[in-house]
Amino acid sequence: MVEVENLVKHYGPIRAVNDISFEVKKGEILGFLGPNGAGKSTTMKMVTCFLAPTSGTARVKGFDIQKNPIQVRQQLGYLPESAPLYDDMTVQAFLIFVAKVRGFSGSDVQKNVDRVYETCQLHKVAHQPIHTLSKGFRQRVCFAQALIHDPEILILDEPTDGLDPNQKKTVRDLIASMKDDKVIIFSTHILEEVDAICTRALIISEGTVKVDGRPDELKKKSSLHGALTIGFQDAPDENLRKNLLNISGVRQADLIDLSKGKGLRLLSDSEAEIAVPVLDYLKDQKIETNEFRVEEGRLDEVFRNITQPKRA
Amino acid sequence: MQIRNVFRRELQGYFNSPVAYIFLVIFLMTTAWFAFDWNQFYEGRQATLEPFFRHMPIFFLFFIPAVAMRLWSEERKSGTIQLLLTLPITTQQAVIGKFLAAWAFLGIALALTFPMIITVFYLGNPDPGVIFSSYLGAFLMAGAYLSIGSLTSAITKNQVVSFVLAAVFCLIILVAGFPMVAGYLEFLPTILTDAIISLGFFQHFESLKKGVLNIGDLFYFISLIALALFANIQVIEAKKAS
Repeated sequence: MVEVENLVKHYGPIRAVNDISFEVKKGEILGFLGPNGAGKSTTMKMVTCFLAPTSGTARVKGFDIQKNPIQVRQQLGYLPESAPLYDDMTVQAFLIFVAKVRGFSGSDVQKNVDRVYETCQLHKVAHQPIHTLSKGFRQRVCFAQALIHDPEILILDEPTDGLDPNQKKTVRDLIASMKDDKVIIFSTHILEEVDAICTRALIISEGTVKVDGRPDELKKKSSLHGALTIGFQDAPDENLRKNLLNISGVRQADLIDLSKGKGLRLLSDSEAEIAVPVLDYLKDQKIETNEFRVEEGRLDEVFRNITQPKRA
Repeated sequence: MQIRNVFRRELQGYFNSPVAYIFLVIFLMTTAWFAFDWNQFYEGRQATLEPFFRHMPIFFLFFIPAVAMRLWSEERKSGTIQLLLTLPITTQQAVIGKFLAAWAFLGIALALTFPMIITVFYLGNPDPGVIFSSYLGAFLMAGAYLSIGSLTSAITKNQVVSFVLAAVFCLIILVAGFPMVAGYLEFLPTILTDAIISLGFFQHFESLKKGVLNIGDLFYFISLIALALFANIQVIEAKKAS
């Protein structure tokens, strides 16, 4: 549905996007991750035909962004960063404008406006001037604008940025509700969002793709992946730590603070399975535990490792 | 079709804010006041709108950049340009649609001066042909100023800068056509001074004001508008990223 091929964008001497390629298929929700200034927005602006690439190209449902920009725009719904809107219009007038530009006429205009009112729950504010709306509503109006022609492909630039937790959830639910019949590309720097709704994540840094994979695959790159967190009834002593360290596969054992007192974190050798031998040992020794958890790994740690240059 | 959609949204935009009404009131008051007081409409004892149109090129230096300044600066500043130009609208359609909307707004302003027409017809027997061509001249000149204002508003996100640039550019083009310019430039070959004067607004408006409908004058205004809008499109394409 969306194919991006070797996209490059220079702003003067700055290489904002430096050879990015990826492909998104139907049914995928692609999370676009990366620190600010990584090139996420620029990439999206090129795919939506707002900016012309310096080199490389992209195709949307087979239409080339350089050769058929109008056809590309017809296939897409785009929510630009920070939801720019015509402040002096009412929500109703604005959505009617977008519907007409999207080629609807007659009763189809209002029919589609009503449909997005429903999807984005905008009935209450339909006749308000846009400049009187809260940030959450603005975001939803801009979202509604992107949905008015029921596009198969949605490109959302930081759709939850600046919203409160409830509003974030509303937008997230909206995205999740559409995942079956659309291709969605959205950028964010909130990692829990990626975990919650993405089927695939792309981490971009310094204009290039660093990682491309499912969120659970990404977590495996975390040094915590497969680690054990154990809480003890009585604070663990140095002896216990040393004994646990002797179990094969345990690479490291650190004393950590847990909510119910002191605990230990055991890191394993690469793929080694340490949960069973550790549990057996604790049973043998009749050591009481109040917490025992196998860590999945943490996205934020992976994100940091990938996007931050290693400290010397 | 897309031009019409852009046009309607833009024109609606003018009337959604109080600025449009304030503009209309000030425009109507200033032009009428100048006609009656400064240019002695009654004392001339002639049923003509010449006193009304005499200072139009000067008023336009202030009024038209004010109408034009928000056209693109505002879109770029608020980011709505990202919305507009990712809809299935080409830059040409957007530039032309917005320009036509602002021009129509100025047309409305000019049309609202109709009591002046009623007044001269009440007072005497003016030549309707001259009145028509004077209005046409004012409308075309407004379009020419506006196209320059639209261009300067594409250059900067700052509306004040856009206003000043447009006023200065229009002033230069206006002054270039003043007869006295020929006097200052008498060291140049006549053909060159003639060329400079014919590039200015002034002569073209003057002849329309006198009731002379000349294809050359119409062509002048239309081609100036076309040129400025062409440049406008290029500037938008080049600067929309920033």
